[in-house]
Amino acid sequence: MDSVNLEHFLVVGAVLFAIGLYMTLAKRNFVGVLIGIELMFNGVNLTFISFSRFVESAEPLNGHIFVIFVITVAAAEAAVALALAVLLYNLRDTIDVDRMDLLKW
Amino acid sequence: MEDTGAVVAFWILAAITVGAALGVAAVRNLIHSVVLLIVSFAGVAGLYITLSADFIAVVQILIYIGAIAILIIFAIVLTPRAGRLNQEGFMFLPALVLAALVAGTMIFVAFDTSWAISEREGFEDTATAIGDLLLGKYALPFEIASVLLLSAIIGAILLVRPEGAEEGPE
Repeated sequence: MDSVNLEHFLVVGAVLFAIGLYMTLAKRNFVGVLIGIELMFNGVNLTFISFSRFVESAEPLNGHIFVIFVITVAAAEAAVALALAVLLYNLRDTIDVDRMDLLKW
Repeated sequence: MEDTGAVVAFWILAAITVGAALGVAAVRNLIHSVVLLIVSFAGVAGLYITLSADFIAVVQILIYIGAIAILIIFAIVLTPRAGRLNQEGFMFLPALVLAALVAGTMIFVAFDTSWAISEREGFEDTATAIGDLLLGKYALPFEIASVLLLSAIIGAILLVRPEGAEEGPE
């Protein structure tokens, strides 16, 4: 059986990122857009960890540190974005991004 | 990674992760979508373990499954009349094309580049080393992250606080 190397993990990360990108751009529900963003974060984090494991480096654990900060910022982003979703729902009774047209002229 | 166990684990976990992620985009009901998202997060945590990133795997389960997925479920159930349909808007086709192009480009680059592959074995006990780095070399970003989290919490509370709640109980 073939061995598993860096390219395999990069492909999984790329596919996760692409699915997240598609959801972020195409979904009408605001929560669906946020789910897409979380999937993109996961694809990027997986890529960081695979490089950290496989690629030659003086300090290979820096990739892990970067992932910890990405997760921290993702948590802060999720809290604020979901608060915005609830606020928008209270104002307009919808979280459909196609109907968020307050700034349109 | 040469041994059969790691190879089998990688293929199973990769299939779970990517299959669940495709399901997240495809299913009609948002609640089902979040459940599949949790499966996908768990698959990524398993992939971290095959990459010998034990601490990151635990953090992934605690924060992504334990906090972010639960937050998303809260947001869905707090917006009951908004509908739980997971359908696409008018940008469906361009988004699909763009996502396919991005995935194709990244996969091409991944196979085309000759990465500087190291021969070292997997990490052992990453938690100690990460703790040393976070409180030593990366102490400043670590402190800034705490300020960011605090401001995010305060911002989230301020945003969803009901009107007329300026005065606390006397």
